[in-house]
Amino acid sequence: MANIIEPTIFELSSPGRRGVKMPASDVPVTALPPKDLLRSELPLPELAEVDVVRHYMKLSKFNYSVDDGFYPLGSCTMKYNPKINEDTCRLPGFLFTHPLQPIETVQGNLALMFEMQEWLKEISGFAGVTLQPAAGAHGEFTGVLMMAAYHKLRGDTKRTKMLIPDAAHGTNPASVGMLGMQVVTIPSDDRGNVDLEKLKAACDDTVVGMMLTNPNTLGMFDENIEKVVNMVKDCGGLMYGDGANLNALLGIVRPGDLGFDVMHFNLHKTFSVPHGGGGPGSGPVGVSQRLVDFLPSPLIGIVEEGDADTAPLYGFVSPKNTIGRMKAFHGHFGGGLVRSYTYIAMHGPDGLKDISQYAVLNANYLQARLRDTYHIPYDRICMHEFVMEGRFEGSDIRALDISKRLMDYNFHPPTNYFPLIVSEALMIEPTETENKDTLDRFADALIKIAEEAKTQPELLHNAPSTTQFGRMDEVKAARELVLCCWLPENYEQMT
Amino acid sequence: MTYIPISPAERDAMLKTVGVKSLDDLFDAIPKKHRFPELNLPAALTEMEAAAHLSEMASSNENVREHLISFLGAGAYHHYVPSVVDHMLRRGEFYTAYTPYQPEISQGTLQAIFEYQSLMTNLTGMEVSNASHYDGATATAEAVNLAYAQYRGKRKKIVMSPTVNPQYREVIRTYSQGMGLEEAGDDPTQTEVTPEAMIAHIDESTMLVVVQYPDFFGRIFDYTKLINAAHEKGALVCVVANPTALLMLKTPGDMGADIVVGEAQPFGIPLWYGGPYLGFFTTKKSYVHKMAGRLIGETVDSRGNRSYVLTLTAREQHIKRERATSNICTNQGLLALGCSVYMSVLGKQGLQEVANLCYQKAHYAAAELSKIDGFGLCHTEPFFHEFVLCCSKPASEVNQYLLDNGILGGYDLGKDYPDMQNHLLVCVTEMNSKDEIDTLVEILKEM
Ligand SMILES: Cc1ncc(COP(=O)(O)O)c(C=O)c1O
Repeated sequence: MANIIEPTIFELSSPGRRGVKMPASDVPVTALPPKDLLRSELPLPELAEVDVVRHYMKLSKFNYSVDDGFYPLGSCTMKYNPKINEDTCRLPGFLFTHPLQPIETVQGNLALMFEMQEWLKEISGFAGVTLQPAAGAHGEFTGVLMMAAYHKLRGDTKRTKMLIPDAAHGTNPASVGMLGMQVVTIPSDDRGNVDLEKLKAACDDTVVGMMLTNPNTLGMFDENIEKVVNMVKDCGGLMYGDGANLNALLGIVRPGDLGFDVMHFNLHKTFSVPHGGGGPGSGPVGVSQRLVDFLPSPLIGIVEEGDADTAPLYGFVSPKNTIGRMKAFHGHFGGGLVRSYTYIAMHGPDGLKDISQYAVLNANYLQARLRDTYHIPYDRICMHEFVMEGRFEGSDIRALDISKRLMDYNFHPPTNYFPLIVSEALMIEPTETENKDTLDRFADALIKIAEEAKTQPELLHNAPSTTQFGRMDEVKAARELVLCCWLPENYEQMT
Repeated sequence: MTYIPISPAERDAMLKTVGVKSLDDLFDAIPKKHRFPELNLPAALTEMEAAAHLSEMASSNENVREHLISFLGAGAYHHYVPSVVDHMLRRGEFYTAYTPYQPEISQGTLQAIFEYQSLMTNLTGMEVSNASHYDGATATAEAVNLAYAQYRGKRKKIVMSPTVNPQYREVIRTYSQGMGLEEAGDDPTQTEVTPEAMIAHIDESTMLVVVQYPDFFGRIFDYTKLINAAHEKGALVCVVANPTALLMLKTPGDMGADIVVGEAQPFGIPLWYGGPYLGFFTTKKSYVHKMAGRLIGETVDSRGNRSYVLTLTAREQHIKRERATSNICTNQGLLALGCSVYMSVLGKQGLQEVANLCYQKAHYAAAELSKIDGFGLCHTEPFFHEFVLCCSKPASEVNQYLLDNGILGGYDLGKDYPDMQNHLLVCVTEMNSKDEIDTLVEILKEM
């Protein structure tokens, strides 16, 4: 039997214990539906409020978070999330408005969303924005649907291929796969740019477009970006930009100006929506003029112009050739848009530029401090992140070991094994919200770990050793597939 | 306001280490003519100013706690959220962590989501649950993807009841644009459709049948016969369920459903003007490899401690890329935690009380409303906490009249069902006191 550090909420249950009670009914009694429509039992836990609080408090302490310390998880932009966002998104006017209320009663929400559309357009250089998508991948799917609809409406039915660089995030090809399109992988050249020769060879009249992350997942801004965009456009394709790396570009360059046709924003990366241990995020999508008529429906628009005395009336509008609805209601309003709106409002144009400049400075500083110790396969000025190899000549130490050892130094590890084109990749994104001392401590730790790899490799193999939990048996999890638990009294019948 | 913790002197030292003179020099790779655009955005606010500005925007709404009495549901429900829920969600350890890629230092999130999966399977009567979807609509669309994958695209017909939430049906259509699906059953003029009538649409080419429970009009049907008939033809059945109703009603699992999905917003998530919410997705163990989304499994660590990891990741985008079961990556982790805290702190009895209050109050409201001249109940089937009120006037007029009197009426069904212009979908939860219901009745009597 495994040792149990904290029982599950089911194991903590004791029949008859009460937590929060509901008031007694104040209406005359109605008979329940016929018995054959009722459930026979409700096998859910029974606990007191204090049991619940202690349980989740205990669990919270098993987590490492941005509020605890440095979390340089590449591609994820784990910046500090301002606390004021937590208050603004919980204002009663936001919390307690129903998504189907008449528009006259929710002008505050609609004005906020309208402004958010305008701000994101301005920041990115796009002609239209939808706030509906729930996360980055959802935004990608939205974008790919629009690209397909664009060609379809023009009767251009031959186009079935999407060009995707080998360094791309898995959601890019997966979004394309959801539409049954074919993925053509484009390699990177030795400076980390798109290989122009290979791209040229792939560009023909069967191309839907290209999905490009820029800066790419190596943290490199493509030095030939204008050539890449032109090549794709010359063959009739559309350019998709994966905006996961927008934290490098605020006030630096606008993807719309570079010729991109569509891009998703990850508000949960760039604009400080906290990651929540895996969401909720928010993935608005911006488009160029060519695609505005294809945006999901509805968008927020002005349905009655205002004048000097009256504010305009905000409401919903539907684009002419809309791809349809991406989710129920209007997007991740409360926990997403309100937080990001607060954040952008507090930064203004100069503050946004500072964010990107310091995000890039911090990444380059770390890169400079680690260059002599770790191999950096694409070594030039990086943007907001960089990728180094987590391995050493003549050693069996792997990126995973280095990552686990970093936990012993009380850091969250970088992203491992992504992008796939760097062997033993360690992808480091410090963000702008870390100070020099933290970066120095982190660099010192990595330099020390490189030394340990030579002198005491078992420290790395056995890491982490100072954390509450050690390495997990992932094979056992996949083989036994224990995916849920039950009340103790139900175990026998369920297993 | 800035959150950058670097002094000018530190900045200069860092620039020196990097080997550039200024911050601007870091951006030489950017095409010069597009470099450093002037952004036309409002000037920065301090925290104090931002707090005031946002307060003002929020208070220009009329909300259902301070201004309006609400009988609006239709996919988003106003329920009481115990205080504990938000206290737990505000733990920085939970809300400022990423997806638990490093299990040694993410056991809090992992165990909490494992428990969420367990709460959902016990609630729905199913065998497995994933770690969440964006919302109920996208979870339903992912059920279509599962069925499509299950038949490897060889079956292309989907039979859908017109009484599945209209927005969910729209999202299914958006999602499935590349599949070339054939659709049957979804005729918004055939709203009296019974589960038995759906059976006629099911044949050997049907991959999936989608029904809602209770249906969009609030009616409770036992889908057992429909499910058996679908299984005879080899089709899968997805039931879109309201979790509050499941606290009282026979589970879709008991009826034999293959997939049970839905919107778990009623479990501890504020209305928040429509999101973020929490899509749940449960199924049978035999479909687990075709299922989308993250899955947490139990294991042990190197020290013999019971622990949890993301498992069966080979289905997912970062491994399978274009052949993944779905592209989903970030999901609704924190809200799944909130849902678990909600269920735990109310516990079995508290949850049963919520369900019973919804049922009792909705039935009281229905009985009283149907006594008013010119109003009547549209259906005779059992219902849970929503029902359709037939009015002698267009529902839009009724709603406007109610709004003028501080009441958010029901959902105007004429928006989605052309023959239902005079039909109002009314929702009553534990938040509605008898006084509120009586007020609604009084005002409608005067109309
Ligand atoms: C480069 C890149 N693209 C896309 C995504 C997908 O975004 P999300 O997780 O919000 O769906 C991510 C995030 O993990 C990413 O890093």
